[in-house]
Amino acid sequence: MYKPNNLILRTTTSLIAFILLGFAVYLLFAGHNAPGGGFVGGLMTAAAIVLMYISYGTEVMKKILPINFRTLISIGLLVAVLTGFGAFLFQQPFLAHTYDYFMFPFFGEIELATAMLFDIGVYLTVLGVTITIILSIANDQ
Amino acid sequence: MTSVLQATETFLDIAVWISLIAIGISLLLLLYRAIQGPTNPDRAVALDGIGVNLMGLAALISIMIVTTKFNDVILLIGILLFIGTLAIAKYIEKGALIDRDMD
Repeated sequence: MYKPNNLILRTTTSLIAFILLGFAVYLLFAGHNAPGGGFVGGLMTAAAIVLMYISYGTEVMKKILPINFRTLISIGLLVAVLTGFGAFLFQQPFLAHTYDYFMFPFFGEIELATAMLFDIGVYLTVLGVTITIILSIANDQ
Repeated sequence: MTSVLQATETFLDIAVWISLIAIGISLLLLLYRAIQGPTNPDRAVALDGIGVNLMGLAALISIMIVTTKFNDVILLIGILLFIGTLAIAKYIEKGALIDRDMD
């Protein structure tokens, strides 16, 4: 009886998923000045999670990642909207952003922007939407 | 010295244009195979080839307008292409993309 096994796929996934998640974090923090940002970072994280779903199956992934991805959508949208309303505290128009340079003991001078908080909201929203779409299309009955 | 630099510039320009035209022709042929291809594995291989050609196209354009900003884009296309090829291969092999229980 022919029974396909996927040893190579599983071994490769455990290596590549970490690289993908690291690249996703890099894309998220490189945004607003360089290519990257919340959307692509969320897409990359979704790709890593879908890769793990493909090679391990639904039952195992429910134990590894016990997250309801639909709640991530609302959390992300809430973060993004609250970032927009945060500008009202400083008598600025909706979604106004600012940045400044800070000294850190190990990393040196780093530019921190409030656009990063908005990007994190976009990241969570895109992650939730993409995983929800792919899982509801691709689940076997 | 400047004439040598200009000669290499011209040579690079010509090489990039020839590569762009070759990749364009290759993309057209692959598109024909992806739409017309008699079986599903044909279409899978054609989509894989289209992705590889897209990576080459992005690299050539980053040579043409001298910039390093496209390196992330090339890496991103490569990763998404890898996962796409994997998904198509598993769909053709097993009929379902995500199994409920693997064993």
